[in-house]
Amino acid sequence: MDQISEMGAKPVALCLAEFSQPEACLHAAERVRDQGYQKWDVHTPYPVHGMDAAMGLGDSRLGWIVLCFGLTGVTAAFSMMYWMNGIDYPLIIGGKPADAIPSMVPILFELTVLLSAFGSLLGMLHLNKLPRHHHPVFYSERFDQCSNDKFFISIEAADRQFDAGHTKAFMESLRPDYVELVHEEDR
Amino acid sequence: MSFRPIAEIGETPLLPERITFGSVSESISRPIEDRAPLGWWACFAVAVFFLGVLFVSLAYLFWEGIGAWGNNSPAGWAWDITNFVWWIGIGHAGTLISAILFLFRQKWRTSINRFAEAMTIFAVICALLFPTIHVGRPWFIYYPLPIPNQMGIWPNFKSPLLWDVFAVSTYFTVSLIFWYVGLIPDLATIRDRAKTASRRFWYGLFALGWRGSNRHWRNYERGYLILAAFSTPLVLSVHSVVSFDFATSVIPGWHTTIFPPYFVAGAVFSGFAMVMTLAIIARTAYGLQDIITMKHLELMNKIMLVTGSLVGYAYSMEFFIAWYSGNEYELYAFLNRATGPYWWAYWCMVSCNVISPQLFWFRRVRTSIPWMFAISFIINIGMWFERFVIIVTSLHRDYLPSSWGYFSPTIVDVGCFVGSLGLFFTCFMLFIRWIPMVAMSEVKGVLPEAHPHHHREDDQAYAETKPALA
Repeated sequence: MDQISEMGAKPVALCLAEFSQPEACLHAAERVRDQGYQKWDVHTPYPVHGMDAAMGLGDSRLGWIVLCFGLTGVTAAFSMMYWMNGIDYPLIIGGKPADAIPSMVPILFELTVLLSAFGSLLGMLHLNKLPRHHHPVFYSERFDQCSNDKFFISIEAADRQFDAGHTKAFMESLRPDYVELVHEEDR
Repeated sequence: MSFRPIAEIGETPLLPERITFGSVSESISRPIEDRAPLGWWACFAVAVFFLGVLFVSLAYLFWEGIGAWGNNSPAGWAWDITNFVWWIGIGHAGTLISAILFLFRQKWRTSINRFAEAMTIFAVICALLFPTIHVGRPWFIYYPLPIPNQMGIWPNFKSPLLWDVFAVSTYFTVSLIFWYVGLIPDLATIRDRAKTASRRFWYGLFALGWRGSNRHWRNYERGYLILAAFSTPLVLSVHSVVSFDFATSVIPGWHTTIFPPYFVAGAVFSGFAMVMTLAIIARTAYGLQDIITMKHLELMNKIMLVTGSLVGYAYSMEFFIAWYSGNEYELYAFLNRATGPYWWAYWCMVSCNVISPQLFWFRRVRTSIPWMFAISFIINIGMWFERFVIIVTSLHRDYLPSSWGYFSPTIVDVGCFVGSLGLFFTCFMLFIRWIPMVAMSEVKGVLPEAHPHHHREDDQAYAETKPALA
């Protein structure tokens, strides 16, 4: 669009380096970590093993979210059955007590699993802040290859240490295949 | 001593050397991006025709009532529940491959899990159809749900039929979530390759803006692991709960404790047979021989051999217990199965399910496409007969000889069953057309170059930095 180019240079959003081998990307990630950058990320077509350590990331917190959902499921299932069949509308089947617990086991299990599954989907999306269709990495033409066979490291301009010139030079020192500065709304 | 993970010792590469990250994306995305071949349209047309048969049969059934089926006292359950149990069993392989083999770190699952999961979802849709229509007044199907109503009553949570409602609907929902979570990175691949605006929009929408971020992969992998960990007991529980429908009754031939494990083994058996049937067709039609290799097919055949033998053991153990229990009704029920009016169904079941998979002991058979296709097809038929034998032969002779009867299907029975196959294959053809049928990101993860230390020099350097094993 002409209007956009007339408005002058867009602010830099992030610096992107492209690698074609997972190990090159892994070793580069170690150096970015050691350099002390905070707001940066690695983009790979599949989860690369060892990358969490290379990035200095801790364990995922997802398990705690799923635990809360699962406990909600089992509690809700128990109170539902206990109240509905035991208190509000007592049903005596085969001489068993109206609030017999053994017969509740299948549904207790099913609802625990159901809620936990919701928990792991919603928790994963929440922790990852997805859906998000407008992330600045998408403004890079070359980034389309990330879901195919290329490996990327991005350092965001929001990082305290970020300086367009210095960060770009640092990224080039990691010996990637390509480095570019991605601007906001560039595409 | 070289320092390598134990799993890799003596392992040959899973996929041929010529497979790269790029070629995986290419060969799996191409069927979606290219124009549909004529063969696809032909299969789709046939599937849609049978889907039409389903609609006509259901319309007639709803108009006339359940009397249009051949059910009559005492065989109040017949093809409807046979089809339900058969379909839900077929649905088991998908989750089994995805969840249990994932937990066991069986990397070979990655080539087949996607369409096995898709198969699960479509099979469970077909399965859910039958309990819904067999109640006769499907517009009252919400009765088993715990919804407040003007009658002031609640469902009976002590009923195995209600457990079934919860088990099957949970299974469907969890399978769908599991499948979708696995799909997200692959939808992003299709989005990034998209040449048309509509493809970019729709795949982009469902890819949720996935950008392969390692911070995301960390939570994603943990989520996938948790889903697998929950799906594993779920898949075993679903068919166990289905078997409770029978096992908690007092009918001879149903009232047995072997039912839960026996049903699960049968479900895995029939599920793998259906995966095999579909995998062979998809692999041949789309030239995926490099991704679904003979090794994958052979491993599936071995699982069918194991589960087929388990099913055979269950058949013989049922007979043994019928005799050993000293219960004359039980013994009669089993002798009647093998020699009574439905002897043909019983022996059809035995020859399809027990005898035919034993051919997989021979490596020649296990690695021959025509043989394994034929056997997997026969197993699908045999497993349908297994459900039929359990349900109809137990019901057609109840405690009162005065009410003995013989069930024969009507044209509406046949229409509903054949129509459900149409529904399944219509969904499956659309899946092949629109969704990557192999999990690309997972296949990439098991390629040799995916491992950051796959080069020999690196291995050497890696070995030197590690302490030697004592």
